[in-house]
Amino acid sequence: MPQLPGLLKGLGVTARTAARTLFPKRGLRTLIPAPQQGSVTVQYPHEKEAPPDRARGVIALHEENCTACMLCSRSCPDWCIYIEGHKVKAPPRRAGGAVRSVNVVDRFDIDYALCMYCGICVEVCPFDALFWSPEYEYSEPHIADLLHDRIRLSEWMETVPAFEDYEPGSEQKVRKVPDFGPDDFLPERKLADDDAVLAPAADAATSADG
Amino acid sequence: MTAATDLRSQQAYVAAQAADARVNVELDTGDMTLNIGPQHPATHGTLRIACQLDGEQVISAEPLMGYMHRGYEKLCEVRTFPQCTTLINRIDWLGSFANEVPFILAAEQLMGIEAPPRAQWIRTILFELSRIANVSLFLGDMGVQVGALTPVFFAFRDRERVLNQIEAVTGGRFHPNFDRIGGLKDDLPRGWIDETHAVMAKMRGFCDEMEDLLMGNEIFQTRCRSVGVIPGEVALDFGLSGANLRASGVDWDLRRDANPGLAWDEVDWRVWTHPDGDSFARYWVRLQETREATKIVDQLLDSIPAGPIMAKVPRIIKVPAGEAYVSTENPLGEMGYYVVSKGGLEPFRVKIRTPSFSNISVVPWVMRGTYVPDIITILGSLYFILGDIDR
Amino acid sequence: MSGAAELAGLLGLAYWAETSIKLGVALIVIPTAALLLGYLFLLKMMAFMQSRLGPQDVGPYGTLQLIADAVKFLQKEDIHPATADRRVFRAAPVVVLASSFLLFVVLPTGPDAVVENLDTGIFYAMAVSSLSVLGVLMAGWASANKYALLGGLRAAGQLIAYELPLILAVMGVVIQADSLNLQEIVRAQAEGEIFGFGLIGNPFILTQFIGFLIFMISAQAELTQTPFDMPVAETELVGGFHVEYTGFRFLLFFMAEVATAFAFSALATVMFLGGWWIPGFDFDAPALNVLGPVVMLIKILVVAFIIFWIRFTYPRLREDQLQKFAWKVLIPLSLANIVVTGIFKVVV
Repeated sequence: MPQLPGLLKGLGVTARTAARTLFPKRGLRTLIPAPQQGSVTVQYPHEKEAPPDRARGVIALHEENCTACMLCSRSCPDWCIYIEGHKVKAPPRRAGGAVRSVNVVDRFDIDYALCMYCGICVEVCPFDALFWSPEYEYSEPHIADLLHDRIRLSEWMETVPAFEDYEPGSEQKVRKVPDFGPDDFLPERKLADDDAVLAPAADAATSADG
Repeated sequence: MTAATDLRSQQAYVAAQAADARVNVELDTGDMTLNIGPQHPATHGTLRIACQLDGEQVISAEPLMGYMHRGYEKLCEVRTFPQCTTLINRIDWLGSFANEVPFILAAEQLMGIEAPPRAQWIRTILFELSRIANVSLFLGDMGVQVGALTPVFFAFRDRERVLNQIEAVTGGRFHPNFDRIGGLKDDLPRGWIDETHAVMAKMRGFCDEMEDLLMGNEIFQTRCRSVGVIPGEVALDFGLSGANLRASGVDWDLRRDANPGLAWDEVDWRVWTHPDGDSFARYWVRLQETREATKIVDQLLDSIPAGPIMAKVPRIIKVPAGEAYVSTENPLGEMGYYVVSKGGLEPFRVKIRTPSFSNISVVPWVMRGTYVPDIITILGSLYFILGDIDR
Repeated sequence: MSGAAELAGLLGLAYWAETSIKLGVALIVIPTAALLLGYLFLLKMMAFMQSRLGPQDVGPYGTLQLIADAVKFLQKEDIHPATADRRVFRAAPVVVLASSFLLFVVLPTGPDAVVENLDTGIFYAMAVSSLSVLGVLMAGWASANKYALLGGLRAAGQLIAYELPLILAVMGVVIQADSLNLQEIVRAQAEGEIFGFGLIGNPFILTQFIGFLIFMISAQAELTQTPFDMPVAETELVGGFHVEYTGFRFLLFFMAEVATAFAFSALATVMFLGGWWIPGFDFDAPALNVLGPVVMLIKILVVAFIIFWIRFTYPRLREDQLQKFAWKVLIPLSLANIVVTGIFKVVV
């Protein structure tokens, strides 16, 4: 078979693509133009793109689990996590037990203007307090508003998807996202507020910022 | 001959000389200095090429870089080993996972640990995926460099599928930060292998499409054939690597010749070379390599061994004193990290050998005597990433 | 002589009234044509060929996008480079746009629907279309920018090289039609016969196919569309001659480009595809004054489709390769075409 000139082949490729974009339907409905389905682009403000569950969109804070241990803050490559916390005396778990000392987070800020989205903080957290959420719509007109405080970070927890199963052959254990109902909103925090009056002397505020 | 006539003839001679000189000055068009860049669509970033032009012909061209220098070698010295990968991601931003691998391998070599086979397999898969993502963009972008608008949209369209696969595993489209000393951050999510098989089939379709749309096009061939010819010896002299070297007929591929322990030895693939050394050869070699990479990925996906993905690594990573140099065959060429450790948390010194920096050094040699449009063709076909030059 | 004049006489219009009506129609038709081509091909067809949707938001299916763009351009600051030759710099886009406006004068769209039916219509069209080179050169030179200068010089070299095959390709048609008048060319096609079969007339694309190809290739170069867009060459010259233009002056260049594409498609339609004539109608049927423009428009869109299809598919040539192609291939070919046409004209 003689070789078709490349010039004609190229025209064929573009024409084919145009036809596929304009008439993506098959069968009897082929001639109904439906570019909305044929195109590969997402009409962003009108329809949202769905990133995969693992996508590193925004970091969510499960404040209940945070002990202000500073591991995330210290392992951050550009030092964009600011944590302050203090110790409070908490009532014993069982009646008759010893009074516990609990770390309470006063400040947990992530500056998304600096964040490089590397995920090291989420990885090093030993208490399952930080999670990735694929949410991406939090751009701001003012750069200072990109500093998310612990309330804002806690709100992201609702968007954290469950961890996915692994491919066969994996020995990894599937982790679980802690339950986060509206009822138990920051119970530790409430507790701390109640007891703060009792034990103000026990404060050992630690602070670290970059 | 009297003194007067002597003087007169001398004056006439001087006048004639002056007139000649004036005519020459008037006819001499002089060279024009044309700054291509630092803001120019063909330099994919902020490369500047100072050209001396005679009409449209290039007398000399000198690449001037540093407009995007971010000081990564120095920044690495004040970051712990796990933190460094975040920075290293951003050197060649189109194939970022491939950047992490040699650094992690160098650190592993210093620590004397080896990642388990499953981790090695997944590393190799992601490495080749980032190669496909990187080079497929070149395949389209070369079209833009020579004036065809459509190929680059095809490239963006189909590269997105690969990036989605990378994102589904690593969580990041461009900056995966997934490689860890001793293994990987996480395992593959369920269903990923089948999806990736489908994407690889699509990418082979993309390669066919590019062959029909661009590489087979007679105008493209006229623009690229015998433009920017780099003979094999010259390429070696200038330290070219990767597809640029293979397009000059040098059969050299670190994946085969100096495999640092990844899974390339386990699959059946070949190294493509082209004898011509011109811009077309560079395009051709990269197209074949993309096809070859999809085959490598397909084979590796079918043979991932079961097992853990992390070796036993201490929680706080201290790398023993010593030095190591590991280089791999990245999408752009040989990328190597020379890591010196003094036994602390941070590397004492990191020297990064990036492929684009060496590849671009051939520009003054190869551009001499070409035309202005050829500058763009050659720059496009040498295929550099600005972050990879300036790092 | 002009049918339009007779019509005007029938309606009892004075010369000035007739002229101002014509002017008004032209002022509406030309931007509309540019918008139509720009929307259909530059925005939508290009998007579909690249698996995209194109503009969606402004108006239904993004139909008003170009108008929104024009409004945006009008709001922009009008920047002159400090070292530019201000007067020439300002005049250049007007010259380019004037060239494409003047082209529309002779385009016939019906037996009487023509602005001015010149006896030497095709000669006039060719002459006027080369005016745009002047504007491009002015823009390139006056911008005081090296890229613009290179672009302007390239445009000059290229347009001169392609003017020749363009005119020579037209010569074949002129010989066959025995006239330089565009209406007469349409008539020759309408009243022609293909081996005694006269139902669809004799569109010259059948006998002048080589001429049609050469005309289309040269038109592509004349319009500085890919694969001959070296004067603009975004990746090399960053826009070439119009690199320094902003706001509405850039808009003028853009409008001229698309409007000229429309005009050249119309010329190709008139000369090769039978023009506005519809098979089955008498040549002078008054109904054709209404139906003719519609038929013309459809044919023009088909031709423009080919022009833009090629533009979106091909890479561009290098300047020297283009010159080689023009002088070594196109010009000999078009000369041969004239010789063969001439022989047939004499023999048959």
